[in-house]
Amino acid sequence: MAQVAAEAPVPKRQQIRPFNVVARFAPVLFLMVLMIGFSILEPRFLTPLNLFNVLRQVSIYGLLAIGMTFVILTAGIDLSIGSILALAGLVAAVVAKGGLDNRFSVGDGSAAMGFGWEVAALAAIGVGVAAGFVQGLAITRFKVPPFVVTLGGMSAFRGAALLFSGGGPVSGFDEAFVWWGQGKLGPVPVPVLIFVLFAVIAHITLSYTRYGRQIYAVGGNPEAARLAGLNVQKIILSVYVITGFFAGLGAFVLAARLNSAEAVAGTGFELTVIASVVIGGTSLFGGTGTIFGTVIGTVLIGVLLNGLVLLDVSAYVQQIIIGMIIVLAVAFDTFVKSRRRIL
Amino acid sequence: MRQPLLQMNGITKSFGGISALRAVDLRVGAGEVHALLGENGAGKSTLLKILSGAQSPDAGEIYLLGAKATFNSPQDAQRSGIATIYQELTLVPGMSIAENIFLGREPGRASFVDWGRLVDEAQGLMSKVGLEKNPRILARDLSVAEQQLVEIARALSMKSKLIIMDEPTAALSNAEVDRLFDIVSGFRDEGLSVIFVTHRLEEVMRVCDRFTILRDGAFVCEGDVADTSIDAIIRHMVGREITAMQRRPAPAATERVVLRVENLSRRRGAEGLNAMALHDVCFEVRRGEILGIAGLVGSGRTETARAIFGADPFESGNIFIDGVSLRPTSPQDAIRRGIGLVPEDRKQQALFLSQSIRANLTVTAQDRVSRLGVFIDSGAEDTLIAEYRKLLRIRMLGPEQIVSDLSGGNQQKIVLARWLALGPKVLIVDEPTRGIDVGAKAEVHNLLFQMASTGIAIVVISSELPEVLAISDRIITMREGRVTGEVQADAANPEMLMALMTVDAVAA
Repeated sequence: MAQVAAEAPVPKRQQIRPFNVVARFAPVLFLMVLMIGFSILEPRFLTPLNLFNVLRQVSIYGLLAIGMTFVILTAGIDLSIGSILALAGLVAAVVAKGGLDNRFSVGDGSAAMGFGWEVAALAAIGVGVAAGFVQGLAITRFKVPPFVVTLGGMSAFRGAALLFSGGGPVSGFDEAFVWWGQGKLGPVPVPVLIFVLFAVIAHITLSYTRYGRQIYAVGGNPEAARLAGLNVQKIILSVYVITGFFAGLGAFVLAARLNSAEAVAGTGFELTVIASVVIGGTSLFGGTGTIFGTVIGTVLIGVLLNGLVLLDVSAYVQQIIIGMIIVLAVAFDTFVKSRRRIL
Repeated sequence: MRQPLLQMNGITKSFGGISALRAVDLRVGAGEVHALLGENGAGKSTLLKILSGAQSPDAGEIYLLGAKATFNSPQDAQRSGIATIYQELTLVPGMSIAENIFLGREPGRASFVDWGRLVDEAQGLMSKVGLEKNPRILARDLSVAEQQLVEIARALSMKSKLIIMDEPTAALSNAEVDRLFDIVSGFRDEGLSVIFVTHRLEEVMRVCDRFTILRDGAFVCEGDVADTSIDAIIRHMVGREITAMQRRPAPAATERVVLRVENLSRRRGAEGLNAMALHDVCFEVRRGEILGIAGLVGSGRTETARAIFGADPFESGNIFIDGVSLRPTSPQDAIRRGIGLVPEDRKQQALFLSQSIRANLTVTAQDRVSRLGVFIDSGAEDTLIAEYRKLLRIRMLGPEQIVSDLSGGNQQKIVLARWLALGPKVLIVDEPTRGIDVGAKAEVHNLLFQMASTGIAIVVISSELPEVLAISDRIITMREGRVTGEVQADAANPEMLMALMTVDAVAA
């Protein structure tokens, strides 16, 4: 029609579009709204003690979410992190205890039989990295979709953890081990510091290194990345090693915080973690997202759960809410994408 | 003309301000095999999409047997007796022949399928199209030609009056083509009409009664095949005035061969678009030369480029860069040896659309903008971007601007800059100006001239003959995976190239 022709697209310049600005800062705005809401409804919410409590609770989710951000940036997914965490935590615990036979022994005498926390931490991370590497190989070499590989991993690593531990917990570590989960530096819980440290490292990696650029490129358009000469398969493999690393690290910190490791640890973590990443604005379609967003998303989920607990909302309802939030966040992402599409 | 079955009058359609069809007419008689002809981009596909109900026209009318028809969906068109057989066949691979023929229209009572009737009726239709198979065989176990026959049987099952066939012979062997033409001739005898799209003009002469030619979205002419010749058809297909496309200034080509391709061959691949087979493709490009490859979509030109670049595997043949053999297994191999590729589909294959100019421009040249080989040196990056912004006159706001916000011409410049930053020896540019407006086209051409004058050997692939003629020093033509001719650009004309691109048995 004549009108259509008359509206020939003017070469597009980047305009400040209010919609995009809102979309970009939506997670921060949502977090602020939640915090204000909870402060009004529940005076105990906005106290330093409670807020540090929230941060300590989210820091393990947060570590996992950092790894998950790398994977989701490549348009992948890792459902196995909770199971890897359980297996890695048990391995760390057994290393620290000097074997399964000492699983319930307490006191410094028992700790002397095992290795120090350093070896335990390395063991946990080693297990995580190895698990991630195996899954990454299955994804890149055998072309099995990440969803399927890590769904299989979710079951297999959980099974391995149960088999390894015989079902029961391994608990009672020495003080130096437990400090990593329960200690404080000044007023700040150690897990929070670990979370912040790795968030900064991950942010630098994604924003200021060649590797980070390559991850965005592979996630944004794998075919274009390949034709630009990037080794797409190697990059995809690497992000599953990274989620494995963070699952191992998270396992160590969680074991330290609970002074115990068990095969059912981390059950359902993948959902909360994926929710944190997606709410933080990382697109499940790959190529866009930031660590800053993930940190916000993680805190947001933590605040939400904490607030619901303080308001005496049942754990069952909390699960329903988390599930709905994931779907809504992705719906929002898709909506933003459709608004941005340019002919 | 026999009794008109279909009349399309003044069909007009534009997409986002770019007009695809301008007042196009098409008339097809009952029992007529009608060839719809034109170059790539002439508007054939759009016209057929409108006729099959997949798109609606901005203006114009469609009459079937004299009655006005409006198609709001493909189902509407099918109900009116128009069936379309697309180039990419649309059978459900895991279903039987019989189920595919009656997909969505299975005979039976209520919601239950009457399997006996389904198979019997399918058998009847299959014998009509000469498909001697068990109707229970799955579609995935059929050859392409057999699948096509199933689609034709499906069209017959819908009591179609008009069957549209979009390049039906592209994937067929000679014997299969003969069989298809027998079936089509049979349709004519039964009063069924066929619209036939093909790039093989000798087939038009063989099987079609009448033809319509489109060019640049406009109707050119129609006529009886018996009264015309291949030469005349070609003249009408390419006969546009070459609109002041700037010709390459004094070529700077030297004698030194940079890229030599010898007997490059590959079998037909499994994966859709890049699936054409190549047969003994040979050519060479010299330092500072622009070699044009002219060919229609599906002639193997893009497949050749992708094979050289290591994007798709090939079985045999040799590639030499500066006389040293290259056997790329990935684009990295080719890039390391100094080859760059600007792919045909900028948005799908080259750009990270949702990301910044910064991320897009320096993706290939990270070595030039990194510190310790690990960190991105954003200062060096800014300098690089500023350099190419000036050199290529890229109109942009700054390095952080999102690439999807740029015009097509500026996007293409980003992709060109990406390769220039690497200092390539060979740059292959597939469709350099697709989707780019006229002014930016000239700019991109000038950039290619400049690059050639710095000594880069350039290979340009284009569907637009005027473009190939204007910017190349030398041109090779391709057809069905073979090189069919080579000419110096100043001695070539569009008719000659079109003949080399479309006609079998090339006269030397």
